[in-house]
Amino acid sequence: MRTPTDPAYTAARLAAELRLPTNWLDYTILGIYFVVVLGIGFAARRSVKTSLDFFLSGRSLPAWITGLAFVSANLAATEILGMAANSAQYGAYTVHWYWIGAIPAMVFLGIVMMPFYYGSKVRSVPEFLLLRFDRGAHLLSSALFAFAAILISGVNLYALAIVVEALLGWPQWVAIVVAGAFVLAYITLGGLSSAIYNEVLQFFVILAALIPLSVLGLKKVGGWDGLTDSLTESHGDDFVTAWGGTGIGSDNPLGANWLTIVLGLGFVLSFGYWTTNFAEVQRALSAKNLSAAQRTPLIAAFPKIFIVFLVMIPGLVAAVLVPKIGTADSDLQYNDAIPYLMQELLPNGVLGIAVTGLLAAFMAGMAANVSSFNTVFTTDIWAKYVVRGREDAYYVRFGRLITAIGVAASVGTAFLASSFSNIMSYLQTLFSFFNVPMFVVFIVGMFWKRASKKSGFWGLLAGTTAAMVNYFVLYKQDIIGIPTDQGANFVSAIAGFVAGAVVMVAVSLFTAPKRDEELQGLVYGTVSPGMAEPPAAGDDAWYRRPALLGWSALILAALCYIPFSF
Amino acid sequence: MSEQFEPSESSERAERAERAEAAERLRRAGYSEADVQREVTELEEKSATAARIFDLRRIIGGLFVVYGVIVTIAGITDSDAEIDKAQGININLWTGLAMLALGIFFLAWLKLRPTAPVTPTLPPEALDGKPPRGE
Repeated sequence: MRTPTDPAYTAARLAAELRLPTNWLDYTILGIYFVVVLGIGFAARRSVKTSLDFFLSGRSLPAWITGLAFVSANLAATEILGMAANSAQYGAYTVHWYWIGAIPAMVFLGIVMMPFYYGSKVRSVPEFLLLRFDRGAHLLSSALFAFAAILISGVNLYALAIVVEALLGWPQWVAIVVAGAFVLAYITLGGLSSAIYNEVLQFFVILAALIPLSVLGLKKVGGWDGLTDSLTESHGDDFVTAWGGTGIGSDNPLGANWLTIVLGLGFVLSFGYWTTNFAEVQRALSAKNLSAAQRTPLIAAFPKIFIVFLVMIPGLVAAVLVPKIGTADSDLQYNDAIPYLMQELLPNGVLGIAVTGLLAAFMAGMAANVSSFNTVFTTDIWAKYVVRGREDAYYVRFGRLITAIGVAASVGTAFLASSFSNIMSYLQTLFSFFNVPMFVVFIVGMFWKRASKKSGFWGLLAGTTAAMVNYFVLYKQDIIGIPTDQGANFVSAIAGFVAGAVVMVAVSLFTAPKRDEELQGLVYGTVSPGMAEPPAAGDDAWYRRPALLGWSALILAALCYIPFSF
Repeated sequence: MSEQFEPSESSERAERAERAEAAERLRRAGYSEADVQREVTELEEKSATAARIFDLRRIIGGLFVVYGVIVTIAGITDSDAEIDKAQGININLWTGLAMLALGIFFLAWLKLRPTAPVTPTLPPEALDGKPPRGE
């Protein structure tokens, strides 16, 4: 079992060894990026007239933009470094986070859930709960989400600071202030449009960074065959397969079996994250019509299927080049896989692109959380419970103010990230506590008409408590034996889901249901009165049909498993 | 809400009255779907994003052409030591050319299918989703 270490300590120790040989060329590339980021903020400012423009881009963006932003909001640097770390540590099991842990949920969101989200015209995920359940569920989910968004945004900022310190030699506070200031500037100026546009830009820059790195990494270890041969020799057969050693009761580095992978990761964690995490769903809600909103996660699914190779290959290559990575015998931690390869392989020029890509990914990850936080805080908490019924311009001003407060709070919470060495594990832990109960409340509320007003709140509370008790009491106190943090996350997620569902059913049986007319467009099988929008010209083209896009993504993901299954 | 309506036919009038009555009932019960629908629809009508937001393709295209040129030049002038570091591949040259191609692709797409003019209430539908390939 891996011992969690303090990343700050690690980074400080590595500062001299991982320092990148950057020169003026790389800094020019980085400088141009920062200028463009700010330019987008200033240019997008013109488009902000109403609160809907600021928080939801006026529900007017085309599907290709919202789709790439959807994948990009998830492709934060913590995900990139964390998934490379996962690969160096657990091997090809990483593919599960993509093919079973993302694609089915994204397709479900696009095809099944989006008509309810977009059609009901809600501005946020908690607002949907307000319509479907009551104020209790609404306030609890808004508060949990706002809290989680700031925590995760802090994780991003902290991770950025330690990576920038190690790679470029900037003091941590400089990195935090510079990145925080840029994110603050472009979101307060242009709102969600600015965040989304920057995410799309970041998507291409990060590809331009990871593709050369993966190609050179493969070349270095003798191609894919050379890579798998070396890893089989050093780490055993199961390291380069997706399912090897995942039988129930058998031992594998992930500490999870096929059942917890499929149920915990593939169903509960993944559906919770992709379908109810507002930082993601917000991108789809900003699309210009229902068809574009449905296509948002479906368009995102295709890059998502292949991005796993760009994070897994560097991780695996690092495991070959530094066989002791992540152990006490090596100075390198799992999270250092990508920075290490950048240092070893990239000449100035592409190195600048890679540094820019990483910084862009850190900022975009933070921006996604800040832009969803300000929306939930303003429309769900402030405008509904604190200062109600003011003119629209007031809420735009308040949105800008709360953005500044959110960024400041992120800086303050950054240090919380320091108790886990594997950043991904930290994020997954948070998601298992915040998204899983949200997901169970959604899924029961959307498919079971009888679920009562009160059941939402109690389901949310019970699910969150159960997941936390399982993780912090049963697992951390060694009452139940789960070999790794990731394995414990999967089990906590399942526990939270089951507890939430049971409590919802129990509460529903003893409390009054909502009337049918209050549930139009919110429960499966009903249609929202506002959904009679005519389909836009061109949206009936065969390649824009959600069902076709969705099923293609599912089949493609299933096919990808074949070479990793035997 | 009902006073806003000026129905032209009696059946329509009855239908609308019924709908308004349902909305009123919901409003009395607390914040409801009808409130969200009304609020968001009003805001959508006043929204300026569709009309005023610039085309992102121009930014992606511009940035990647600039990056492509810079990195390609770096590739052309790379020394043997830099190429050796990158496993014998002139990675700057290849990455630079690929970025240049992506930048030109976005600019060409913008040129071939420019942003459609926006009608006041309806967002533009012409440009959507897919590159203009094969059309």
